[in-house]
Formats: sequence, structure tokens, C-alpha cells
Amino acid sequence: MSTRRSDKYEGRYAARTKVMRSSAMRDLMSLADRREVISLAGGFPATDTFPKEVFDRINADISVTRRALSLQYGPTEGFDLLKDDIATVMAAEGTKVDPAHILITTGGQQAIDLVTKTFVDPGDVVLAEGPSYAGALTTFSSYQTTVLHVPMDASGLVVDELEALMDRLTAEGRRAKFLYIVPTFSNPGGTTLTLERRRRLVDLAAERELLIVEDNPYGILRYDGEPLPTLLSLDRDANVIYLGSFSKILSPGIRTGWIVAPPAILHKCVFGKQATDLCSSPLNQLFVHEFVAGGDWLDYVERLKILYRSRRDVLLGALAEEFPEGSTWTVPEGGFFVWATLPAPVHTGDLLVKAIEENVAFVRGDAFYMDGQGSSSMRLNFSGNAEERIQEGVRRLGAVIKDQIELYRALGL
Amino acid sequence: MSGRHVCVLYGGRSLERDISMSTGRRVIRALESRGYRVTGIDVDESLVRRLLELRPDLVFIAMHGKGGEDGTVQELLEILGLPYTGSGVPASIQGMDKVLTKHLLLAEGIPTPPFHAFNDAAFRELGAKDTLSLIAEDLGLPVVVKPAAQGSAMGISFVVEAGELPRAMVSALSFDRKVLLEKFVRGRELAVSLLGDGGEARVLPIVEVIPSSGHTFYDFDSRYVAGETDFVVPADLAPGVAAEVERVSLATYRTLGCRGFGRVDMLLDDTDVPWVLELNTIPGLTETSTMPMAAEAAGLSFEDLVVQITESAWV
Repeated sequence: MSTRRSDKYEGRYAARTKVMRSSAMRDLMSLADRREVISLAGGFPATDTFPKEVFDRINADISVTRRALSLQYGPTEGFDLLKDDIATVMAAEGTKVDPAHILITTGGQQAIDLVTKTFVDPGDVVLAEGPSYAGALTTFSSYQTTVLHVPMDASGLVVDELEALMDRLTAEGRRAKFLYIVPTFSNPGGTTLTLERRRRLVDLAAERELLIVEDNPYGILRYDGEPLPTLLSLDRDANVIYLGSFSKILSPGIRTGWIVAPPAILHKCVFGKQATDLCSSPLNQLFVHEFVAGGDWLDYVERLKILYRSRRDVLLGALAEEFPEGSTWTVPEGGFFVWATLPAPVHTGDLLVKAIEENVAFVRGDAFYMDGQGSSSMRLNFSGNAEERIQEGVRRLGAVIKDQIELYRALGL
Repeated sequence: MSGRHVCVLYGGRSLERDISMSTGRRVIRALESRGYRVTGIDVDESLVRRLLELRPDLVFIAMHGKGGEDGTVQELLEILGLPYTGSGVPASIQGMDKVLTKHLLLAEGIPTPPFHAFNDAAFRELGAKDTLSLIAEDLGLPVVVKPAAQGSAMGISFVVEAGELPRAMVSALSFDRKVLLEKFVRGRELAVSLLGDGGEARVLPIVEVIPSSGHTFYDFDSRYVAGETDFVVPADLAPGVAAEVERVSLATYRTLGCRGFGRVDMLLDDTDVPWVLELNTIPGLTETSTMPMAAEAAGLSFEDLVVQITESAWV
């Protein structure tokens, strides 16, 4: 007798699981983790530079003075002492905040999740930069959001395009729940929204009652140019929800981020967080507190900036040398990433397979869109590899690209 | 054979690494539960040195795709004089190359869909692009474009219009230097697993693979994500049809000279002709792979299956 075998739980899964992403890409990326592969794919900070004596001192301090507290449940909102530290960190970027408006989260990713959970019902529209941080897109799709991308250029999000898109939505009787944007050193674009556009965006938000979710994990890692005010600091009308993170300036392993929002919104996010994890790890919060309050953080960030600046320069130099004519790339003033676009027919999904064969990896551009755009582009990271490896990785990549272009030509494409 | 030392080779750097990791871990657990002494090796450049140090009684190759399934590891093990599971060098080379497999099948009169094949030099050096429209005419559309040497459906495209052929060629050529263009046969997908050597092998119950709606064919996601695909074991076939499918599978297995275990993938069209697409000399043994299902339907537990494959390698 025949039996039909299938997933026994099929038919019981929530509808939201249907939209979760393909495994084919994961499979390829697991090859990129191998030692011989130079991965320009990840978004890893250089945690190997964290000073041992600081690490040891912080742990010793916690052990002596706050051992019981660090092992206990904490408040859902996070420790007040860490909120004060966050206000200090934000002030260093020129943004004043009331610590009472801060919610500590388990990494910036949870901040995105909580805001989405707070605002989005299935089918709701969210606007996002195109390209946009892939981790945010994963969150949006797990809440069954319709994501519409707003085009970007070298000056960041094109505000005219945003306005046109909002008009179109209004004409259809729809309205976006919020705009998600990484205005400073965007991931993956590496671009920064100009001051003029920042002002226009904040004004537009006020005129049209558009909620802006400003994600700013990289802002403090500026290698050239003048710092720009955050959208939050320009906003006079409580339209900006700000997301911050210690992942890039201290450690992603410490899983500590935050939300700054008007009290009404914060209250709902606290409720959402309670349901998710009750509180972020007190031990980790105390580690971050000691790091910031102890004064080590500014030195550390300065050292990171020197390291990343020269890694960025090596990457940009190597691109100029190794990438074929017709390629373009962004020149980031800070952050972790360069976004490179190849001459027309090259598909970076196909290219990635060959690149991994040659022991170099990147993230294919279409991973940063919900609608298949970006297939000629790639994201390249410069923070996570030593300079010689960046140089060698780009050399390998350049050779693969040139070979692929020849193949396109041979096929008449 | 309790106490014997088996090295399980898995992982490696083929594009099917993750699947191989999954097959390998399951094989290791199964062998350990049956009392073998097992060392798992995630294959890298230290492989030969490690095998020389360990000197196992036998090697279980749980690798898929390039390096592990194409005769490379088999050749090394021959040189080292270590017995290993599955097919030998020639059958591995032939099975990994879909084009070579198809030529061998045609010579034996075994049905396989009409096809043409190229390597990239034909395009780069001989101007083969101008033959694409002829191929489309000759085979008729849709055409399935696949890399000659990949498993698990990666790099495969369905081409409905001749104009899409060049792009599909690039995708397939990203996975392998050689590409197969095959006439699309509409039909039921059958996976036939075999245990044993050549013409003496035992044909396990036929598995029908039914992709869930939304998947155009048995693609990578539906193949490896539980729930994306349904399987019917044994496939619901008239006795005469089942017998023909078994005969063709066994003939395929024998023609390539396979040993130990293997799986023949075919499409059964609406006139009940079983068209052979390929033969896998190291079929997946993951939670969602068809060979363990077929074994179970034949009364063999996963552990039984792994032990049989292992024991057949001593001979």
C-alpha cells in the first residue's frame, strides 16, 4: 500500500512562515565560511582589536560589585544607568535625548522587530531604501509586510521619489506605516543622506505625517567629512523613531541596541518586548555600561576608525585597479560597506558561484531588495578583513568578473 | 561488524556541502549506534594525511557533487588501498557527468530525453551562440538547461522562449564548464534507489516526488526543505509500469557499472515511458532524501540501510 509522505505539520504552520527566505543562498554562504575563502560578504566588526585589559577589568568589576544583579532578571525597559550611557553616546554624535525615552533592546535587530511588530499588520505597506538592510527586509517579510523601495543615488534616498511614491499610494487609498532608512553610511549602499535631503525628509514627514524609522548603527564610525545631524535631532514634530546599536562600536556578540521613541510608541514597544524576551541580558547591559561609563569607549572608537579608514582605502584602491571598465561603486565616508555595480548583463547571483570557486565571497545585490532589483550589484565589506586579504579578495573577484564578461560577450549578451 | 573503524568523509567544498554535512552526520550516528568505531572528517587539504594517520578499516563517502562524487576521492582511496563505500572511479566519473551518462544510456537503448551539450569553449572559441536557435528548433521548447556536473538542481533553468537561452547558459556555466540542453519531458517524477552491485542490485520501492504548488519543478528548495514536497512510497503505478521502471533503473545502474548504492531519477510520461534524467552514485541520505524513504518502505531502517551500504564495501 502506498503512503504519502510529507511534512507532518504542513497545514498547521502560520501563514507568515510561507514568506521566509530561500535556503539556496544560505547553502552557498556556508561555503563562504570556509577558511580558504576571503569573505567580503559579512558585516563583521574587528572584535579581535578589543583590548584584553579592558575586557578583564570590566568582567572583574561586574563580578565584584554587581554579580547578583548581573545574574538576575532586569527591567524590560533596560537599566537606567545604561540609558544614561546611551544618551552620552548619542550626544557625541550631536543628538540630545531624554534617557526616559530610551528602550534597551537585544541588538538593533530586535529594535527593528519591535517597531515592526508595533506598527505592521499583514499586508501593510512599509517604505524602505532601495537597496535596504537585508536583516530588516527579513523582519518585514516575517510580518507579511508589503515593502516598496524608494530609489537612492550618491546622496542617499531620493526624496522626490519618496514623495512621488507617497502620492501614488494616496491615490490608491493606501498609506505607508513607516519609512525605514539608514541615512548615515547605509547598509548596503555605503551612502549618506545629505543635510539638505535630511531637512527635506523631516519636513516632508511633518507635512504628510510620515513616520520615519532611522536606523543608525554606523553613524559614529565616520572616516572623512563633517558629521551630519541625525534625523531625530532635526525632527520637531515627533515623527522619528531612532534605532541604535553597540554592535559596530563595541560588539555584535554583546547583543545590545536601543530604541528612542515618543513615550506612547515606547510603551507599546515595551509591551512587545515583554512578550519576546522579558528583558535584555543584564550581564551584557552591565558590560556595556562599564565600557561606556568607564570612559574606554571613545578611545576604542577612535582606534576602530583608524583601522577601518585604511581598510576602506585599500578596498577602494583595489576596486579601481581590479574591476573592469563600466563598473561603478560608492565611496563611503564611514561605516562598513561599499556597493559596487557591474556592467549591465552581469548577474551577481551567477557570479557568486564562480567567485566562491575562486575562494572569494560577497553578498549578491538582489538580497537587499524585495522585488528582484539589484541583480548587477554586490555588497563588499571592508571592516572584517586585514588589508592584504581585502587586496587579494578583490584581485580574485576582478578576474572572475572579467571572465564572466567574456562569457556574456561570447553568448551575444 | 562491531568495533571496526570507519572514517566518514563529509562536507568538503562542493556546492552541496550543507547537504553532505547533513548526510554525513546521520551516517555517523547510524554507524555509532551499530557499534562501529567512527571518525567523521570534514574534508579539506589535510584529508590524505589524516587517512594515513588514522588508517581506518573502511571509508564511508558521504560527499555529494564535485570532489566527492566524481571519482576524485575514489581515486585517492584506491591509491591508499582503503576500501570505500559506493561506486568505483569509472562509474563515479560517468555518473557525475550527465552528458556522458546520457550517451552511455543511448548506446544501450535506454530512454533519455533528447539533448545537446556544450562546454564554454564552444561559445568562447567556436561561436556556438549561433546554434542556440537551431537547438531550440531541434529539441522544441521548453528546454531545460543544466550544468552537466551539478547535483541538487542548482543552476537549472526552464527556458520557454529561445531568446532566454543565452542567459540560462550563463547561469548553468557558472556551475560547470559543460552545459546540457535537454528537451523538457512533462511527466511524473520518480526516484528509484538501488542497493548492491551492477546487474545484481536490489531495486528498492519506487518513490514518486510531487512538488508542492508554486514550484515549477523539483528545485533546490523543494528538494531540501521539508514540507515543500510530498513523496508517495511506493509510487502508485500499474504493475506492468512499475516493472518497466524497475527494469530501466536496473539497466541504467548496470550500464554505468555502479556498486553499493545509487539512485536513478526519471520522468514517467503519459504514455508510461520512463525517461532517465540522471544517476546519482552517492544519493543524499538526509531527513528528506528519497533513498532512506525507499529503504524504510522495504523494511530497512536508516541504520540497516547504512550498515548494508557499509558492509557491501568490504567485498
